[in-house]
Amino acid sequence: MITEHSRARNIVDGLVRSILPVILALIVAGFIMLAMGSNPLDFFAGVWTYGITGGNWQRSLVLMAPLVIVAVGLIVAFRGQLWNLGYNGQYLLGAVVASGVGPYLFAALPAWLATLIIFVGAILVGAVWSLIPAILKARYGTNEIITSLVMSFIAVGIVNLLIKGPFKDPNTPMPQTAVIPDDQLLPYIPGTEIHVGFVIAIVLALVAQFVLSRTSFGLRMDIFGASPKAARHVGINSTWMVILLFALSSGLIAFAGSIDVLGQYTYQRANWDPHYGDAVMPFVFLARLSPLAAIPLVAFYAILATGGTLAAQQAGLNVDFLLVIVGLILIFMTITEYVGERRRLGQSYLPPGLRRTLVRPFDGMRGRKSS
Amino acid sequence: MTPSTAPDVISLRDITKAFPGVVANDHISLDIVSGQVHCLLGENGAGKSTLISILAGMQQPDAGTISINGVPAAITSPKAAVDYGIGVVHQHSTLVPAFTVLENLMLGETGLMMQKKRAAERLDELSELLGAQIDPHALAADLGLGQQQQVEIAKAIWKGSRLLVLDEPTSMLTPQAIENLSESVARVKAQGLAVVFITHKLREAYAMGDCVTVLRGGRNVGHISVEELATYSEQQAQDAILRAMFGDDLKTVGAEDAAELAGATESTREIRSIDLATRPVRLELLGVSSHGHGRDVEVDDVALQVHEGEILGVAGIDGHGQGALAEVVAGQRSASSGTVRFDGKDVTRLGVRGRQQLGLRYVTDDRLHEGTVGSMSVALNLVIKRIGQRPFWRFGQIQNKAVDQEAARLIAEYDIRTPSPATRAGTLSGGNIQKILLARELTHGARLVVVNKPTYGLDLKTVQLVREILIDFASNGGSVLLLSTDLDELVELSHRIEVISRGRIVGSVTNDGPGTAEKVGHYMTGAIEGVQA
Ligand SMILES: Nc1ncnc2c1ncn2[C@@H]1O[C@H](COP(=O)(O)OP(=O)(O)OP(=O)(O)O)[C@@H](O)[C@H]1O
Ligand SMILES: [Mg+2]
Repeated sequence: MITEHSRARNIVDGLVRSILPVILALIVAGFIMLAMGSNPLDFFAGVWTYGITGGNWQRSLVLMAPLVIVAVGLIVAFRGQLWNLGYNGQYLLGAVVASGVGPYLFAALPAWLATLIIFVGAILVGAVWSLIPAILKARYGTNEIITSLVMSFIAVGIVNLLIKGPFKDPNTPMPQTAVIPDDQLLPYIPGTEIHVGFVIAIVLALVAQFVLSRTSFGLRMDIFGASPKAARHVGINSTWMVILLFALSSGLIAFAGSIDVLGQYTYQRANWDPHYGDAVMPFVFLARLSPLAAIPLVAFYAILATGGTLAAQQAGLNVDFLLVIVGLILIFMTITEYVGERRRLGQSYLPPGLRRTLVRPFDGMRGRKSS
Repeated sequence: MTPSTAPDVISLRDITKAFPGVVANDHISLDIVSGQVHCLLGENGAGKSTLISILAGMQQPDAGTISINGVPAAITSPKAAVDYGIGVVHQHSTLVPAFTVLENLMLGETGLMMQKKRAAERLDELSELLGAQIDPHALAADLGLGQQQQVEIAKAIWKGSRLLVLDEPTSMLTPQAIENLSESVARVKAQGLAVVFITHKLREAYAMGDCVTVLRGGRNVGHISVEELATYSEQQAQDAILRAMFGDDLKTVGAEDAAELAGATESTREIRSIDLATRPVRLELLGVSSHGHGRDVEVDDVALQVHEGEILGVAGIDGHGQGALAEVVAGQRSASSGTVRFDGKDVTRLGVRGRQQLGLRYVTDDRLHEGTVGSMSVALNLVIKRIGQRPFWRFGQIQNKAVDQEAARLIAEYDIRTPSPATRAGTLSGGNIQKILLARELTHGARLVVVNKPTYGLDLKTVQLVREILIDFASNGGSVLLLSTDLDELVELSHRIEVISRGRIVGSVTNDGPGTAEKVGHYMTGAIEGVQA
């Protein structure tokens, strides 16, 4: 009975911890908008109008496709306590495989085969790109945050060089790749304008959820993440695990890039970087590294981003305001987490120092009144 | 800190703390007086560490108060505890593995500049006080468990404090270091500090303690005051403590066993003798040297044999290659040269999982971080070595029903005390975590088990239980490679004892009568090194 009760409490607790930071962030963002002289209600109404109503929900779902895949990629690495922060470079590498090599392949091969080769190629390029941080980590314990970031910068540079050089469309003066014609792009889900990449992304998230929570591989991963010592003890090859998880993570993120080009963008410009990983990161943590739980959270962000771009312009805000909201979510997530942890330990919600400083002025006031 | 005329008193009143499924502390009241060593005893899971973590500000009690000299003290955080002068050595390491010893010790410093030189001096001073040799620049992760413990003690008495709490400080120390520790405890006490000392060894409680409190099931079930303890003989004190500790359970054990529980009798061999000549060799190491990545001592050119039904002890001072030996047998560490044969088969190239399936098992000494995954359920921890195998996994998919059944079976068979199979393993008491390891390793076709320090930190009854489990396993034809730093344990359980020093086997003793301990001791001190006994 006790366990039943506490299980129910745990679920409620988890929900609160995932949703509360988002709500708080939206409220505070509202106040910031007020302070900047914009009407937050206009903004949120705009998000609703441009993100959901009419056919706009379809645009939101199209944005969800790469976001969900990037989220799954991050989850795979983070579950194993591997901090793959090279996602921007990995995404662009995958994208440039599609935008740069795609036009040649589509010219020579049937569309389905070209698409397949692009996907496999993108995943492989992403995976190979992660080998250096992975091997350094596995062999020498080098901090993968730094190495993966550095590799990401290099990747961004290479992608730009490729787009300005060999992959440049000779028919325009702009540094960009050739546009892939409509009939060679990913097909739409019948009756909509959402490309099938969305379906692929959702299926991927579901498969990942199953693998992580129900299979022996998922358990090995969790053991490895919880304690490398225990992993060695139960016979998990940690070198192999690091390399595999990094390759999976990076490969998936690159896959997201190629899907995005073939489904939505049709070409790639130099110096373009949507920074999906940065936006998705807090939601991955809010979802407690569960791919399934990440889906609704990513959906929320996709709507916010889709509707928010226009809404922000209308409310007289910079589009970068969206990143402010994401940042606020991160901050409130940390606070909620901290408070929850204190409460779990049976301690006060407020750290002792803060409580003292908060309570003392009131004590003083009371004293003054009575005197 | 100067001893004042009126002693400081820290009073705990009606401290209560409940966790899901257990009341860890149930209206515990006691007084801790400066200049006294207050011993806290009780079975595994009695609630000792919980009480300490409340005192250390790491947990808040559900009810109850703490006051110092009659003034209520709000110990709301570890920092508050330090401000009140309460220094704690926790049972489980709190060192930051990636930091050096010195950095770990200086973590609590508040000054802007890290005064390395002064810190190094203080460490020297403390090392001497503790009788330990600690390399200030070694990484904490590279130290053996025994040495880590010593650094922890240094950390707690880093700043002079009002109260020093030691949660089972001796369970990992060598007899020599225990001797030194008791000396430094005496000195700390003479400085006017109060000391709370948690131990499972009654001898230590009697030798070091001024008064004793016994916990059982979260309650204070017995207190022996300073005056009483002073009038008791060691025997009387032991009887009183055992009665409080185990209550009615003790009657079922009998007086003789009780004395043995207390470790009062001289240890003798308890295992039936076997004729090694007629028994096939189960495990054979031929000139094995190991190769790991850490800085701990590797084994060097080790040769040994374990027969069917035999318990082979390996004696030695902690950190002399026991870990490497255990790992190279279990397959966790590769052999750089030599051959490991199991049941006549060369398994040198086989990994952990291959050897585990052949029946070669390993109960590690690091039960908390290596042997179990604390954040996972007891049930999962019980099958963690059989990931992917039927019937727990089918087509790569976990079968929760089969896992739960197996867990229920092992929990019942090994009497693992847990609120439920779904409880996180890390919240169980030390003894019960050890039972998880034993249950997991000895089930399902175990033929040889390597056990490294199997009983450290366990309460008297559980120690006895673990030893019985190993004896039973051997009498049913299993083989045991027992690595231990506890000579009594080795003498009680082993047929033969090998002595390891600096990674090499330096002697071998057949355990066939009195005098074994002396012979082993001689090899250990190197007195008759190279001479065959
Ligand atoms: N964080 C926690 N969550 C849930 N249960 C806990 C937690 N900490 C302790 N317990 C439970 O409280 C009880 C008392 O544990 P405690 O660690 O205080 O025992 P102990 O006397 O120190 O035992 P040992 O001799 O093994 O160290 C045990 O049943 C334990 O499982
Ligand atoms: Mg304890």
